[in-house]
Amino acid sequence: MTGYLLRRVGGAIVVLLGLSIIVYALFYLAPKDPAILTCGKGCTPDRLADVRAAMGLDASPPAQYWEFLRGLFLGRDFPAGPDVRHCPAPCLGYSFETDQPVTKLLADRLPVSASLAIGAEILSLAVGIGAGLLSGLRRFRILDRIVNGLILAGYAVPVFLVGLFLLLLFCVRLQWLPFPTYVPFTTDPAAWAENLILPWIALAVIQSAAYARLTRAGVQESLAEDHVRTARAYGIPEGRIVRTRALRGALVPLVTLTAIDLAAIMASAVLTETMFGLPGVGQLLVGAVNQIDLPVVVGVTLLTGFLVVVANAVADLLYAAVDPRVQLR
Amino acid sequence: MTLLSVRDLRIGFGNTQAVDGLSFDLEAGGALGIVGESGSGKSATALALLGLHGEARIEGSIDFDGLELTGASEDQLRAIRGAGIAMVFQEPLTALSPFHRVGDQIAEVYRLHTGATRKAARERAVEVLRQVHIADPERRARAYPHEFSGGMRQRALIAMALACNPRLIVADEPTTALDVTVQAQILDLLDEVRTATGAALLLISHDLGVVAGSTDDVIVMRRGAVVEAGATDQVLVTPRAAYTKDLLAAVPKPSPARVIQGGPLLRVSGVSKRFRKFTAVDDVTLDVREGETLGIVGESGAGKTTLSRMMVGLIPPDRGSITLAGADIARRRGRSVQMVFQDPMSSLNPRRTVGESIADPLRLIGEPAPRVKIEALLVRVGLAPSHYDSYPHQLSGGMRQRVGIARALAPSPRLIVCDEPVSSLDVTTQAQVLALLEDIRLERELTMVFVTHDLAVLRQIADRVVVMHDGAVAEVGDVAAVYDQPQHAYTKELLAAIPVADPIEARRRRALRRVELAGAGLSGSGLAGAGLAGTGLAGTGLDGAGLDPEPLGATQPE
Amino acid sequence: MTLFRRLLDDRAFLAGAVIAGVMVLVALFAPLLTALAGQDPTTFHPELLDSARGGVPLHGITADHWLGVEPGTGRDLFARVVYGARVSLGVAVSALALQLLIGVGIGVAAGLGGRYTDAVLSRLTDLTLAFPLLVLAIALLAIVPQSWPRPALLAVVIALLGWGGTARIARGETLSLKTRDYVSAARVSGAGTLLVARREILPGLAAPVLTYAALILPSNMITEAGLSFLGVGVRPPTPSWGQMLSSATTWFRADPMYVFVPGALLFVTLLAFVLVANGVRRVVDPRQREVLR
Repeated sequence: MTGYLLRRVGGAIVVLLGLSIIVYALFYLAPKDPAILTCGKGCTPDRLADVRAAMGLDASPPAQYWEFLRGLFLGRDFPAGPDVRHCPAPCLGYSFETDQPVTKLLADRLPVSASLAIGAEILSLAVGIGAGLLSGLRRFRILDRIVNGLILAGYAVPVFLVGLFLLLLFCVRLQWLPFPTYVPFTTDPAAWAENLILPWIALAVIQSAAYARLTRAGVQESLAEDHVRTARAYGIPEGRIVRTRALRGALVPLVTLTAIDLAAIMASAVLTETMFGLPGVGQLLVGAVNQIDLPVVVGVTLLTGFLVVVANAVADLLYAAVDPRVQLR
Repeated sequence: MTLLSVRDLRIGFGNTQAVDGLSFDLEAGGALGIVGESGSGKSATALALLGLHGEARIEGSIDFDGLELTGASEDQLRAIRGAGIAMVFQEPLTALSPFHRVGDQIAEVYRLHTGATRKAARERAVEVLRQVHIADPERRARAYPHEFSGGMRQRALIAMALACNPRLIVADEPTTALDVTVQAQILDLLDEVRTATGAALLLISHDLGVVAGSTDDVIVMRRGAVVEAGATDQVLVTPRAAYTKDLLAAVPKPSPARVIQGGPLLRVSGVSKRFRKFTAVDDVTLDVREGETLGIVGESGAGKTTLSRMMVGLIPPDRGSITLAGADIARRRGRSVQMVFQDPMSSLNPRRTVGESIADPLRLIGEPAPRVKIEALLVRVGLAPSHYDSYPHQLSGGMRQRVGIARALAPSPRLIVCDEPVSSLDVTTQAQVLALLEDIRLERELTMVFVTHDLAVLRQIADRVVVMHDGAVAEVGDVAAVYDQPQHAYTKELLAAIPVADPIEARRRRALRRVELAGAGLSGSGLAGAGLAGTGLAGTGLDGAGLDPEPLGATQPE
Repeated sequence: MTLFRRLLDDRAFLAGAVIAGVMVLVALFAPLLTALAGQDPTTFHPELLDSARGGVPLHGITADHWLGVEPGTGRDLFARVVYGARVSLGVAVSALALQLLIGVGIGVAAGLGGRYTDAVLSRLTDLTLAFPLLVLAIALLAIVPQSWPRPALLAVVIALLGWGGTARIARGETLSLKTRDYVSAARVSGAGTLLVARREILPGLAAPVLTYAALILPSNMITEAGLSFLGVGVRPPTPSWGQMLSSATTWFRADPMYVFVPGALLFVTLLAFVLVANGVRRVVDPRQREVLR
């Protein structure tokens, strides 16, 4: 177990290092001259040289990467005109655009994305598992068809289309809800939820379809297994079989998926955040891309990778926790 | 007193009639066997007793201890299930819930039917586990099924059946998935608990040898109807129905010994093979003589499949060498060695015609594969020329195995290695395919290696036999010598465990086994432990789901 | 033949196939259709806009402009939608072709390769599957020079980031197929790895991979639409449905028609392709009969 954990963490670090090399190479080394991009419109040769020195572009690519990596773990110093400013670890540099530390930008935005992801995930799981279970047990034909429709729609609609539709319906036509703006949970939980409910629904329409499909397939597969037949042959009531055996079997893949999805949503709710104007990490990325603000782009990409790798490791552990057959070796 | 009385039972699924007018009686405490090949309706009958068929038409009467089961409500049936009638299923690997501890599963059933306290139920679980000779039952009750070997799981299932003191135990092919020695143990156990608890036993099997020693009466079924019924001693010794006679005739018989003149053709010397930490084959040395049939026998995990695959060059050995007529086997293919596989479902590509499959080995050795030649081969193995254009799914299991034989014969090899070629076939088909192999071997003067878990089959077809145990050779010798005067302890155990169709001989062997067991002071479960404990997660569909690059269920041959 | 018959009995599949077929035809014959309408997707018509109200179209549907005109520019909506179909479908299909090529190649190589090849390729596959495609795509598209042709670029980026599913399926099937005895039989007779892959493995992969591919096509369209919606995909004046929706969001109170046309088309087309995929899957894989009975 300890050995497994060590190896798992080691593997995760290797993956993250690989990712950081790729990302660094793509964004800092591939463009012809990032300094020109950074320098902006009113660029003079003097200023360009300053920028170049500040970015450390005079050094060789491996040396540049090494500096970057050191900054990530130990912090680094940047020359800023005559002064030196210290960027504490984990240092991802300063935004070209706003001159704020990227780490701070990310930290400001993360609660928004986390609120969005966690709420949407809870809603998706509740709807998805419920619908999948009801239709997996094949009790009501009508319900089955509705769930089928939901599942197919989940495959067929882009999230921004759902978002547009929800905005048009609830904010423009019916005027039941205000146009979403982010209110921190700590300020006013009711307003927080009221403002996030539409983005949650938009994401859940798509996410819950996947869960419903998985739950249904899992329940049906489990119910066809030999050990369920044994349980029936020993007089165990159907309701108990569903609870302790079928649902249990169906939940195993769901548990792991949830961990991964949580990270994925948090990182990739770009469209939802843009659609609803929520100041999350995704929106930060789109803004940075449009401004060609490389440190921010690199920061978001690395943060995303970090979340995904951690979520995968957590998923593996959860997998072993819910299925006694899985041994972590 | 009659415990179970079945009258004119008819079970239908859609357009097919699985059981058509079955009647029998079972006395309290008695033992009845139902024997039949696949499709005879024997398993459908077992499920019908407990009303476990989802969508089937069930007519007729099933009277269990005064209660009519065919028209019973779901609640009535549920009260009977487990408490009045308990089932033991075929697949011990999957019949217990993987998510719950063994003891908890048994306790759950006991609590459900008796309303006992949790503590009492747990104690009962340990008690029945002890009754089926699970060593250290207090600790084992807390284990999960995957931590048990196949034989232990089947014991646990029998313990579950005993938990509520049922009046009838229905065992549907309880030993089909198990090794011979474990099979003998499980059958002995069933016999023992029947005497100990007074429960009646309904034993369903395709194997006459399974039923012979464990039942008082037997019913022979074919295509949903009874062919013959009566006392086991009488039906299996002096059968009246032609079909019963066929079944008995199909049971492999010893054949007269032959004298083999040939020198060694295939030489296996000092060969070992490991898969990760598991040693499949451990320093095996043996010769296959020209013109002989060498039998290799062993239980699952003995390394016989790995060895046979190394013999044809499919798996390279880690150490040692395998040569065919002096040349390394890795460089001799097609014309020199061919293989016949176990599973006729997977040994033919489902997307290609039979003729194409047979033509392949010819084309690979650079010969044209004229249709005429392949059609002649098809006729030789007992098929029609028109089967050239058939697809595998259009053929029965026996026919597919014939195609497999034709494919192996096509390039005229000197040696054919057969890996369990008849194991998945019904008894009568098995006899036909064995006869065909023997004919062809004679006609073409082939050398053959025949790998099987079935000692009876080997005795009929082999000249010499190699007994494998834990990857190593336990014993080698002429068939007659090994069977009549086994030297190695393991060979003796194997031979004692062979199920025989003669009821008197079967009972004599059981008595012998009990004496030996008592003498050795073994509880029985110790022998079962080695078998399947390492199977892990193979086949649970979990591989590829996680991000761990090491597949959870490493697929190892054997 | 019976498979085909069963497909034809599936009404949902038929409806999907017809709509998807029409959309493909529209995309193929976009120039012809716009010529029939007498319009093209790039000509501005400021005379049709109400400059007093910020550029909202004066008229709705007219004989000249079958679906009206775009607010702000006055470009013909019908022509833009028709050319948009061409871009949306074109990107999705080319990306799919690339994905299949990469995915099947890597999957089969991992399945047939040795332990280390398999471990490395599987890890890579897991990584691309786990990583949120959209983030990397956005980031990648940001650093590419503006002058490169966007649709082709989009197809390549979507394919490079989205082959993981195909590879995983191809690997799983290969692993299962290669343990079949008929593969062993071929090897005993002397067939090499390439021959085994071509003759015994690839035909067996066709059904599972193609059924899966049928679902990637709509998912590619969604990705393309999403990227264009964010402004990093197809850019004006080139039309695509996602790009049109992106422009439409600023107008969606003043001119709901502008949102409705590409939005509805996108939804209907996606649904059609999903229905086709679902129908194919139900017929090919009897175990997967769950969805839409």
